[in-house]
Amino acid sequence: MSAGNMRLTLKVWRQSNTNTQGGFENYNLDGVSPDMSFLEMFDILNEQLIEENKEPVAFDHDCREGICGMCSMFINGQPHGPLKGVTTCQLHMRSFQDGDTITVEPWRAGAFPVIKDLVVDRDGFDRIISAGGFVSVNTGNAQDANNLPIAKEDADDAFSAAACIGCGACVAACKNASAMLFVSAKISQLALLPQGQAERSIRAEKMVAQMDAEGFGNCTNTHACSAECPKEISFENIARMNREYLGAKVSSKAL
Amino acid sequence: MATSSRLDAKIPQGSLEDKWEKYKSSVPLVNPANKRNIEVIVVGTGLAGASAAATLAEMGYKVKAFCFQDSPRRAHSIAAQGGINAAKNYQNDGDSVHRLFYDTIKGGDYRSREANVHRLSEVSGNIIDQCVAQGVPFAREYGGLLSNRSFGGVQVQRTFYAAGQTGQQLLLGAYSGLQRQVGMGTITMYNRHEMLDVVKIDGKCRGIIARNLITGELERHSAHAVLLCTGGYGNVFYLSTNAMGSNVTAAWKAHKRGAFFANPCFTQIHPTCIPVWGEHQSKLTLMSESLRNDGRIWVPKKQNDTRAGNAIPEDERDYYLERRYPAFGNLVPRDIASRAAKERCDAGYGVGTSKLAVFLDFSAAFHRYGQGEANKNNITNASESQILEWGKAVVKEKYGNLFDMYKQITGEDPYEVPMRIYPAVHYTMGGLWVDYNLMTTVPGLYSLGEANFSDHGANRLGASALMQGLADGYFVIPITVGAYLAGEIRTGHISTDHEAFVKTEKEVKDRIEKLISIQGNTSPELFHRRLGKIMWDKCGMGRNEKGLKEAIVEIRALREEFWKDVKVMGKIGDFNPELDKANRVADFIELGELMCIDALTRNESCGGHFREEYQTEEGEALRDDENYMFVSAWESIDTEKWELHKEELIYDNIKIAQRSYK
Ligand SMILES: Cc1cc2nc3c(=O)[nH]c(=O)nc-3n(C[C@H](O)[C@H](O)[C@H](O)COP(=O)(O)OP(=O)(O)OC[C@H]3O[C@@H](n4cnc5c(N)ncnc54)[C@H](O)[C@@H]3O)c2cc1C
Ligand code: FES
Repeated sequence: MSAGNMRLTLKVWRQSNTNTQGGFENYNLDGVSPDMSFLEMFDILNEQLIEENKEPVAFDHDCREGICGMCSMFINGQPHGPLKGVTTCQLHMRSFQDGDTITVEPWRAGAFPVIKDLVVDRDGFDRIISAGGFVSVNTGNAQDANNLPIAKEDADDAFSAAACIGCGACVAACKNASAMLFVSAKISQLALLPQGQAERSIRAEKMVAQMDAEGFGNCTNTHACSAECPKEISFENIARMNREYLGAKVSSKAL
Repeated sequence: MATSSRLDAKIPQGSLEDKWEKYKSSVPLVNPANKRNIEVIVVGTGLAGASAAATLAEMGYKVKAFCFQDSPRRAHSIAAQGGINAAKNYQNDGDSVHRLFYDTIKGGDYRSREANVHRLSEVSGNIIDQCVAQGVPFAREYGGLLSNRSFGGVQVQRTFYAAGQTGQQLLLGAYSGLQRQVGMGTITMYNRHEMLDVVKIDGKCRGIIARNLITGELERHSAHAVLLCTGGYGNVFYLSTNAMGSNVTAAWKAHKRGAFFANPCFTQIHPTCIPVWGEHQSKLTLMSESLRNDGRIWVPKKQNDTRAGNAIPEDERDYYLERRYPAFGNLVPRDIASRAAKERCDAGYGVGTSKLAVFLDFSAAFHRYGQGEANKNNITNASESQILEWGKAVVKEKYGNLFDMYKQITGEDPYEVPMRIYPAVHYTMGGLWVDYNLMTTVPGLYSLGEANFSDHGANRLGASALMQGLADGYFVIPITVGAYLAGEIRTGHISTDHEAFVKTEKEVKDRIEKLISIQGNTSPELFHRRLGKIMWDKCGMGRNEKGLKEAIVEIRALREEFWKDVKVMGKIGDFNPELDKANRVADFIELGELMCIDALTRNESCGGHFREEYQTEEGEALRDDENYMFVSAWESIDTEKWELHKEELIYDNIKIAQRSYK
C-alpha cells in the first residue's frame, strides 16, 4: 500500500522572515503515496531538500490529528485544502491526482504576519482570549459539579462552539481577514452556559474591542469562514455574538 | 531492601486517609506580600503546566510560563480523547476514593506509591467541580447531570468526557485560566520558546536557559522555583501517538543536572491504534480506549485468513479478550490488551495486509443501540436495516469524531467494516523522580504531569493521566511548593548575571554550534527513525536480556554516529525547526540507552514492562515482589554511566496480589 507512485509539482511560498519579501518556488516530488498525509508529503519534500543542501520548508504542525490547531497551510486557494471539515494534517494525498500542481501558501492576513515560509504569528488570538474568553473562577472556589444541572441541548451547543481549534483558517478564508468566527465561538460557548452569565456583557465588549485592536477586518456576511472551518463551527455563532455585543453596548458598564 | 539514603519521599506521617488533609493544614505558607516577590517558572502549558501556572498566579506568585508551540493552547494534552476519571460516584455504582485508589495501584501492578495515589483519588472530584465552573462542556444526560462512561481495568463508571475531545476541552479550560492571568499581568507567557537547560546556584535550581525559537536567541530566566510540566517521552520510539513535538529535552537536561530519572523503561503501549501503513509514516493515531466500551475485539479462528472482516461468520471469530478474561472482557487494562493482540498476531492470526492488526467491531453495538431506540419509541416491527441505522446514529453521537478520523486516515468506513487496530506507544509512566511535594532531587526543581513518574506505577489506567495532570497543577503543587518557597522569602530577585547563568548559557551555545558545524550526511529525522526502530524491536512490547544488550550497543554506536554525521540545515540565529529537532533527537538517543539499561536491570515483568523470561504459564506478567518492589531512580554520572538508587515501595493499606482480570 505504501509504494508511492504519485508525481507532483509543488509551488510553495518561501519567505526568510517577517521583514523580507517572499515568493514562490517550484519543486518536483516523486514517490508520493496516496495513503500519506499532506504533511508527510511535506516531510518527504524536506528530506529531499536536505539531500540537495537546501533549506527545508518551515511549517507549523504538532498533533497531526486535527485537534491542536497548529497546522495552517493555504492549499490551492483554500485554508486546509479541498476537503470539508478536515485540517491540513488530516488531509491525505488520495484527495489529489498524479501529476497535479499544488500551490501552498501561508495564512494571509495583516494580523497574522509571516514568521518564515508557511509559519505565521497568531498571538492575536491568545490576546483576544486574555481580554475576556474565560469565566473568572479561581481554583478552589467551585461547588459540586452536579449542583448545576445544564440542559443537554445547551451543553451540546456549547460543546459545538467550544470545538474550535483556534487555527485561524476562518481569518485566512475571509476576504476581510475577519476573526469573527473565532471570537464568536468562544463568546457563544460561555453565553450558552449558566457559568458564563455573570460576565456575559463585559466579555463580549472586551473581546470585540481586542479583536478590533489586533487589526482583524469586519464581517461582511460572506460565510467563507464557516464554510472553510475544519471543525465546521457554525455561522450562527456570529449572529449570537452580534446580539451579545449589541446587548452589552446598550447596557454598557465597561466604558 | 532499604531505600537509598539519597531518596527521601517526604511522605507525611499519619493514616493514609488523613495524610493529605493534615499535611495541607501544616505546610508552611507564604504571605501575600511575600508572594509578590517570589518568581516561579512553569515550563509547559499542558494540563499540568497551565493549571499550575494559573493557580500559582491566582495565589499571588509572579509566574513565567513557557511552551514551544505557538500558543499554550496547543500543548499535547489537547489531543486526549476519551476522558478523565474522578471518584464522584454519581452513578451510584459503588465508587469511592478508596476504590479509585485501589484500582490505580492494582492497575499500576503494585509499583506506585500509596500516599501519592491516595491523594490523587482524594482531589479527583474537585477537578471535575473546577472544570465545570470554568465552563468545560462535559457530556450530560437528558436530566442535565453529568454523564459517565467506563474505561479499562475498572468495574465502575467514573470517566467524565466531552465526546472524543476531552483533553481539548479540559485544556481550553486551563488555558482560559492561564490567559486570564496573562491579561492581568501576573503571568508572562513565552510561547515558541524551548527550555534547553536548568541553571543551578549552590545546589538549588535558580532558573533556565531557553531558546527563542523565532529569533534563535538564547535567553536567561531566573526564578525561586522551576516546575517542569513538559510531558512524556513516548517519541523516543519515533512512531507513537504523541504529538510530533513532544520530547524529553527538558526532563533530560534536568536529569543531567542532578535530577534522578525514575523507572524510564515503564512505557505504555496502547492497544487500540490505527496500524502502521508504511515507511514514510510520521505518527500513529490513537482510537480512544472508550471505544472498547462498545467495540468487540476479535481475530479469525483460522490462521492467515485473508477474508474481509464482514465475510467471516460469527462462529469463526475468536473474541480472544472475552475468552481469556471473562470478568473484564474487552475492558482489560491496556498492557494486557496490547500483549494479547501481539500474541495473536505473532501466532499468525493477524488481519489486514501487514497481518499486524486485529478487528475492533461495532456491529453488536449497532444492533444493541438500534434495538434500544426501537424499544424507546415503541416500534415493534422495525426492519433490520432500520435498527442498524438507528444504532449507528447512537454510536455516532458517542464517538463520531473518532470514526471520522479513522475513515480519513485509512480510507475505510468503520460504520460499514470493522476497524483494524494494533498496539502503539502511547504514554510513559517513567519520568523525573519526585517526592510527595513533587520536587525532584534538585532543590527548587519540580516536575508535574506526565513528566514525573509518580502515580501510575508500571501501567497507567485509561483516563488517569488527565486526572493526574490537573491534580498536580490545580491542587497539589499550589500547596506543596509553599514548603520550599517559605524558605525563599529573603532570597530576593535572582540576577541572571550570576556566573552560573553565564556558564550554562555558554554550554548550551557550544552544543548548538557543534550541532550546526558537523554538516554530515544524515538528517536528524533519519537518526530518530533508526533509534525508534531499535527501541520498538528491543525495548517495546516484549523485552529480553539478549535484545536489550544488543540495543544498548546499537544505541551507543548510533550516538557516536550522530555526533559525527548529523546534518542540520539552516542558521543558528533563525527560526530553525531542523535545529530544534536535532537537539531533541540527541537527548532521545541518550534516554533510549538508559531505558534499555533500566529494562535490563529489572528482572521481572510488571505492567507495561514485559520481560519475556518472566511470565506465567498462561503468558501473564510475572512480578518478583521480593526483589523488585522498588522504584528505580537513576542518577546521571557521566556518558554511558548511571548509578541506581532504589526507593522501596511499602504497601500498608493494600493487600498485594497477582493482578488478575479473569
Ligand atoms: C492521543 C492521546 C490521547 C490521550 N487520551 C487520554 C485520555 O483520554 N485520558 C487521559 O487521562 N489521558 C489521555 N492521554 C494522555 C494525556 O493526554 C497526557 O498524558 C497528558 O495530557 C500530559 O499532560 P502534561 O501536561 O503532562 O504534558 P503535555 O500536555 O504534553 O504538555 C507539555 C508541555 O510542555 C511544553 N514543553 C515540553 N518541552 C519543553 C521545553 N523544552 N521547553 C518549553 N516547553 C516545553 C510543551 O510546549 C507543552 O506545553 C492521551 C494521550 C494521547 C497521546
Ligand atoms: S497538526 Fe494539530 S491540527 Fe494539524
